Amino acid sequence: MTSEQLAWLIRRHGVEMTALSGGSHIGAILSVADIMGVLYTDILKFDKDNPEWDGRDRFILSKGHSGASVYAALAENGFFSVEELKTHYADGSRLSGHVSHHLPGVDFSTGSLGHGLSVAAGRALAAKQDGKSFRSFVVLGDGECNEGSVWEAAEFANHFKLDNLVAIVDHNHMQSLDYCNNTLEVDMEKRWKGFDWNVIVVDGHDHDALRKALTDTSNPEHKPTVVIANTVKGKGISFMQNDILWHYRFPHQGWEYNCAVNELHQSIPEGVVDPYTPDGCPEMIPEPDGLKHTVSETYHPTYYTREVEER
Amino acid sequence: MRDSVIRTLIELGQQDKSLKLVTGDLGFGVLKPFWEALPNQFVNAGIAEQNMTGVAAGMALEGNKVFTYSIGNFPTLRCLEQIRNDCAYHNANVNVICVGGGYVYGSLGMSHHATEDIAVLRALPNVAVICPGDPTEAELAVKKIAHTQGTCYLRLGRGGEKRVNHVIEEFEIGKAYKLRDAGDKPLKVAVFSTGAILEETAIACDSLEEQGIGVEQYSFPTVKPIDKEVIKDCAERFDHIFTVEEHNIVGGFGSAVAEVLCEYGTGTKLHRIGINDFYCIEVGSQKYLRKQVGINAEGIINKVKDIISE
Repeated sequence: MTSEQLAWLIRRHGVEMTALSGGSHIGAILSVADIMGVLYTDILKFDKDNPEWDGRDRFILSKGHSGASVYAALAENGFFSVEELKTHYADGSRLSGHVSHHLPGVDFSTGSLGHGLSVAAGRALAAKQDGKSFRSFVVLGDGECNEGSVWEAAEFANHFKLDNLVAIVDHNHMQSLDYCNNTLEVDMEKRWKGFDWNVIVVDGHDHDALRKALTDTSNPEHKPTVVIANTVKGKGISFMQNDILWHYRFPHQGWEYNCAVNELHQSIPEGVVDPYTPDGCPEMIPEPDGLKHTVSETYHPTYYTREVEER
Repeated sequence: MRDSVIRTLIELGQQDKSLKLVTGDLGFGVLKPFWEALPNQFVNAGIAEQNMTGVAAGMALEGNKVFTYSIGNFPTLRCLEQIRNDCAYHNANVNVICVGGGYVYGSLGMSHHATEDIAVLRALPNVAVICPGDPTEAELAVKKIAHTQGTCYLRLGRGGEKRVNHVIEEFEIGKAYKLRDAGDKPLKVAVFSTGAILEETAIACDSLEEQGIGVEQYSFPTVKPIDKEVIKDCAERFDHIFTVEEHNIVGGFGSAVAEVLCEYGTGTKLHRIGINDFYCIEVGSQKYLRKQVGINAEGIINKVKDIISE
């Protein structure tokens, strides 16, 4: 499977899983889909038949709310059945909204932000002490970088020269209530450079750029590497892109679901079969009133007032 | 107590290089012997307890036996969620060492009084809560938890506690140890304590015995899992059980004993001796503050005598 094919399938599963479950965070699942697609085809070493294989690269999705993306990547790689993805959020399921390690292929449970980088650093340090050659990967959200513990870990990793540690920031520029820069303004690149990491900035939807950045992260000064992947929240579905509403809203049955699926079908990679709607969905047009409720201005007027007034 | 723990850790670490000690930049003069003897098994994570605990979880998940070390509330409350999510939920082999349980750092002020930690840590599934009463219990506890998979909280006192005179043939997590029998005196009580307040409790029990009161005394180095058998046995034989802890009476050792007693359902009355749910604003040494809040030997004696003379 190519990274483009996997990324497409992650998006398609993400739409289905959130639509079925009424689950949140489709915007974040779509923004991270290309990063996950590249990691789980061309970068991470793993063995689906032996998920605990000691030589595997370690991976933590620290922004645990995009759990659907890692579940989809693992199912498509054969860790468990694709069919099981439909149980996301359901009673008795193994697939909690935030990532759970009670699944083959998941090393670490997350959900509370700001935990993953420390644990990944601990694993990287242990690998150094034990002379093991795996790399320790962690995907962070940009909003997550509000958490002070991220920066405790950043200091630590640099001090201990953990050049086997690779962080990827899914920098979709939005967090829970608003744009990052309206929340706690930050220059992501400058901040990581300030912590003296090996900083690489890429377009987080450009697979070749991601591959190039992630394939070999060794560097002469033995610094830990952070790949700041500039992404678009809701990437791939036009009415979800850059709209904070879709941090929490799920695609409802009707035009939201149909338009989302059909839009993905416009860019389906060769060789991929949509497991849910192979021929796409019946054409629907966004309802005028319906579209209105999907824009941020009407969703949360109190915090958005400032932005509107400034325009 | 802390020095004997570090000595024990050095012995264990020399035999097992997967034993790692991670400190949050504390332990001046205490950790130096470990650092010198086993530099490759020692990590100073800086003043950053959340990261220290997350790192420890990551190291433990790679097969290490990790001890984190700090004082007061820093290795526990400051990074509670890392203990809960990263260590306990993953059943990671992380042993959290706190030096300064209770009023050890009394003069430093309220920030340094570790007086709710037992209650908080006891509420976490998968976490054993161990509060040794003297250096003997502390050494045995460290040896035991180093070889036990899972997350553990080890609450120590300071340096220089006396060894109480008791022989423990085999230390088990979850077991209480008897220090004296009540004999066949007509007036008798059971006294349980956890942690370093054992020294005051032992003095109090000596005095009560001299005054003709039969005392069956137990030290509970483990608060969780609690020794239900000893509690039930005492409930059958005593009208009054006293618990002593250098900790808030809410949620701590006395509460753990109460949970067992109430469900067991004899008519035995429980009397919790501890800090009566307030922050201590007074300044003073551990000895002074114990006296002020009524948990020193004199306070324990008075409480017992008041109750049984009612």
